[in-house]
Amino acid sequence: MSYVNVHKRREARAAYVFLAPWFIGLLLVTVGPILASLYLSFTDYSLLEEAQWVGLGNYREMFLEDTRFIASLRVTTIYVIVSVPLQLIFALILALALDRGLRGLSFYRSVYYLPSLLGGSVAIAILWRKIFGSDGLVNGVLALFGIEGPGWVSDPDTALGTLILLHVWTFGAPMVIFLAGLRQIPQSFYEAASVDGAGTLRQFRSITLPLLTPIIFFNLVLEVIKSFQSFTQSFIVSGGGGGPADSTLFYTLYLYLKGFKSYEMGYAAAMAWVLLLLIAGLTGVSFLTSKYWVFYGDTK
Amino acid sequence: MATRSKPLPFLFRPLPRGNRLLKHLLLIGFGLVMLYPLLWMISSSLKPEELIFREPGLWPSSVTLDNYSEGWTALKHSFGYYLWNSAVITGLSVLANLVACSLAAYAFARLDFPLKKIWFAVMLGSIMLPHHVTVVPQYIVFAELDWINTIWPLIVPKFLATDAFFIFLMVQFIRTLPRELDEAAAIDGAGYWRVFLQVILPLCMPALATTGIFTFIWTWNDFFSQNLYLTNSDNLTVAVALRQFLDSSGESSWGPMFAMSIVSLGPIFGFFLAGQKYLIRGLATTGLK
Repeated sequence: MSYVNVHKRREARAAYVFLAPWFIGLLLVTVGPILASLYLSFTDYSLLEEAQWVGLGNYREMFLEDTRFIASLRVTTIYVIVSVPLQLIFALILALALDRGLRGLSFYRSVYYLPSLLGGSVAIAILWRKIFGSDGLVNGVLALFGIEGPGWVSDPDTALGTLILLHVWTFGAPMVIFLAGLRQIPQSFYEAASVDGAGTLRQFRSITLPLLTPIIFFNLVLEVIKSFQSFTQSFIVSGGGGGPADSTLFYTLYLYLKGFKSYEMGYAAAMAWVLLLLIAGLTGVSFLTSKYWVFYGDTK
Repeated sequence: MATRSKPLPFLFRPLPRGNRLLKHLLLIGFGLVMLYPLLWMISSSLKPEELIFREPGLWPSSVTLDNYSEGWTALKHSFGYYLWNSAVITGLSVLANLVACSLAAYAFARLDFPLKKIWFAVMLGSIMLPHHVTVVPQYIVFAELDWINTIWPLIVPKFLATDAFFIFLMVQFIRTLPRELDEAAAIDGAGYWRVFLQVILPLCMPALATTGIFTFIWTWNDFFSQNLYLTNSDNLTVAVALRQFLDSSGESSWGPMFAMSIVSLGPIFGFFLAGQKYLIRGLATTGLK
């Protein structure tokens, strides 16, 4: 055997040793459970009894009979469709406002970024529930103007809105990513454009926006995936049930209630697979459409 | 010199002095609105109970620490007990991610092995994977193992590098280090382990710091898994214990609940202040391939 071959083998063997924990985890914590949950999704299973094969029964029930499932799908879809674009618009505007030539940039960046770190915590969810309660801060402020506000979290018309607001509040993380992206746009582009007489708005439309599309795309995919899985906020703000009137029943909250409160684990597994297909589908579609609007130029 | 180079979008061009001031005022005002809920919670936690809702303002007309002493002892154990539980789980998670993810990252970034491209794609794909898809079977297995109400379901997966996001982060970082360093060490007779431990790891400190701080914050904040696996009232972490304020106290005792919420956010805030450079850099590099 040649020396090169021996060396290659030695290297591969070393690589597998370094990767051993990851391989084991992939098998036992990720791939195994995914397949197991596919199997479970075709059964009725409650931890205590043997799994009963029910074929597509769970899926049929989900889409044809279970109105709470449909409600959770609706609530989550509205949440994602409204909160993610709003969050990204805020992130982009603030990133543009903070970009270059501004004193105190790192101070502002910290202030705006902080909510992103805290937003997922129980403490903030509790705070939210209290701020938007019937005698909470928001109504206290409104009372100063003589307005009597509703109980925002106990009114089915406004409860989801408070959660959307909470998500928008965490625009700092995508903002930081936008800022880094803005910094990569070569100055010379703007110089050339301004020699050609392009105004600020024109420069934004023809330079900044197209060159930023890869970052917008990245943030969009990331935030959509993340917000589809939001759990803590709706759990705490609704007190664990997704109320009032299921108006904050997030998909993952309903999955949790099914799987771990009423122990319909087969059903929960089926819900998990629907979620997986949904997210995979959405990601796939975004990648397919990306070639029509995401600009991967050679700007190096 | 005199030429201001890049006229940027919106709000941007070299503004006249007055406008620049206006912009700062807007930014500060907006920041204040953003942080107002937090500041209000801090101020409320220092007010006597009956004043909290009468005063939407920030400045407490009378200051007391009663909410803190009351909240600290309101649950079955003192709040310090739950802080310790959280600290143990968080600390072990940080250690696990640092070890397991850096090992995997070194292999992906520097070593060659069969099907490497495919494994790398699998790793990237697993970042996107919703946790909920695996949680039901995981729970069943952990229940079989009798691991419910222990820390193992929360820790063991991390030692198996399941937080793939951090592998990716470190791969990105290691790729920026010059390969000549590895090669020079190899010529001096260092094997892969020595290169990893003595060349790569020490240079990886920024990436390790990012990983450590993010793991800390995310684990500390994590409610879903901790709520799922820790149900015995002696095992609760801060996140799960806080929720008990909502259950037990009804809607009345806001003061102590706010006080303990502030306490629970303290460590996150501390890590944020100490490590924001790494957080921001880490965030930025993941977004820019």
